[in-house]
This record gives sequence, structure tokens and C-alpha cells, in this order.
Amino acid sequence: MREEEHMKLEFESRSVNEAFARTVVAAFLLRLDPTMEELEDVKTAVSEAVTNSIIHGYENEVHKICLTADIQENCLTVTVEDFGCGIPDIEKAMEPLYTTKPNLERSGMGFSFMEAFMDELHVTSKPGSGTTVRMKKKIGKNVQAGSEKRADGTRNRFD
Amino acid sequence: MEDDFCLKKGELRILLPKEVDHHNAEEIRQRADRMLETAYVNRIVFDFSRTEFMDSSGIGVIMGRYKNIRFLGGSLNVVHVRPRVKRLLVMAGVYRLIGKEEE
Repeated sequence: MREEEHMKLEFESRSVNEAFARTVVAAFLLRLDPTMEELEDVKTAVSEAVTNSIIHGYENEVHKICLTADIQENCLTVTVEDFGCGIPDIEKAMEPLYTTKPNLERSGMGFSFMEAFMDELHVTSKPGSGTTVRMKKKIGKNVQAGSEKRADGTRNRFD
Repeated sequence: MEDDFCLKKGELRILLPKEVDHHNAEEIRQRADRMLETAYVNRIVFDFSRTEFMDSSGIGVIMGRYKNIRFLGGSLNVVHVRPRVKRLLVMAGVYRLIGKEEE
């Protein structure tokens, strides 16, 4: 039985913190011995969630973003929370290629990438008070695959 | 970043940074568009040889430049794409627009 672990980070909604946030979560995740693929999946998903908070939640104003990460057994849970404008229609927002900001060249792929790279994605939002994105991913599902390259450079956890 | 944009015989080659996210997408977009406005460009090539990380902001930059160069009657391609980034390009349908990656 692995002990549960928790971390929390609060940072400002500046674009420079997108890389900061995904790097912190990646470093936290390393203790689960993820594959390169799993690490990249999580980094991409975190980047998307934080970028959404900055561009959509706060419309580029500088406010607070809260990020938490939890490890339970071999499962990583990440939440990204902002206290911005919220999403009026979550279902619509999650449609691939849908964006409210085509003028900013947003591709509309943010939620699609989060969904594709994590196992679970939950979005709760209240217009006027903020949005929380909760994402889960099981690490080490593809152990049988064997040849996948690990994040630390070795081939897999059994060799 | 000065050497990362290279214009030769109408071909604008853009060597993308190690990470392409919302934070640095804006600069790439502005510089590319400025060159499209001020010089003769009929082809854009995004060189991914340094790029290890990209998110949907990068997709936005490529699609936006594709739109602009098509408007000018030109074309766009991507080179040296690593499997990770390729997966994102495939998922976003980028290859369906620009065609296969150059050798």
C-alpha cells in the first residue's frame, strides 16, 4: 500500500507560469516512475488547463490560479482552479475545434487534448465565479508493452 | 531568436523553440506575419527539430500561418517533427490541410 501524497501550488495567471506549472507536476509525477509518454501526456494536459485559465478564465488579467496534485496508488489527480469568468456552456466548450477566441488563434483543441491524454476529465464551472478542471491518469498501465522508453532513460521498469 | 527566422528565395523557414506554448506562440506569430507583410514569401516551413513540447497553442500558430500563406497563394509545411508533436498535429487534423511532411 503506497502512502497518499498531496501537493498544492498557487501562482499568478501569467503565461510564463504555463511552463512552470507543467514542470512542477511533471517533477511530482516522477516518483511514480512514469514513461516518457505518460509524462508528456500529463504536461500537455496541465499546460492546456492553465492556458485556459489565463486566456479564458481571466482574459489575460493577472489573478490567482490554484493547482493541486495527488498521488493515490498509481493514480495521479491534478486540479487546476481559477476564480475568473467561468464557462457558460461546458458541453459546447469541450467540443473539438470550438473556441470563443478564434481571433487569438486558439485552436479549440484544449479540452480535446486534456481528454485524450488523461483518463478522466471533469470540468465544473460557475459563470462569474470560476472554473475547476480535475483530471486523472493511471500511471503504469502499459507495463506489459515492455519496450516503452522510460522517463529516466532506461527501457522499462523490469529490465 | 533572430536566426530562427530565415528567408531565402521566398521560403520562410522558422526554427521553432524547444517548447511551443501560449507563452511563446505570440512572438512566433507576430514575427512570421511581419515577414509575410514586408517581404515576398510564398512558402513557410516550420522546422521542429528542436521542439520537444507543444500544446494546442502551437496548433493555433500553424493553422493561423497556414491561413495567411494560403491567402497569399503560397504553401506551408512542417519538417523534423518528433513522434510526440506529430501525434498532436494528427489529432488536430493539421496534415489533412498541409499534406504530408517533407522528407
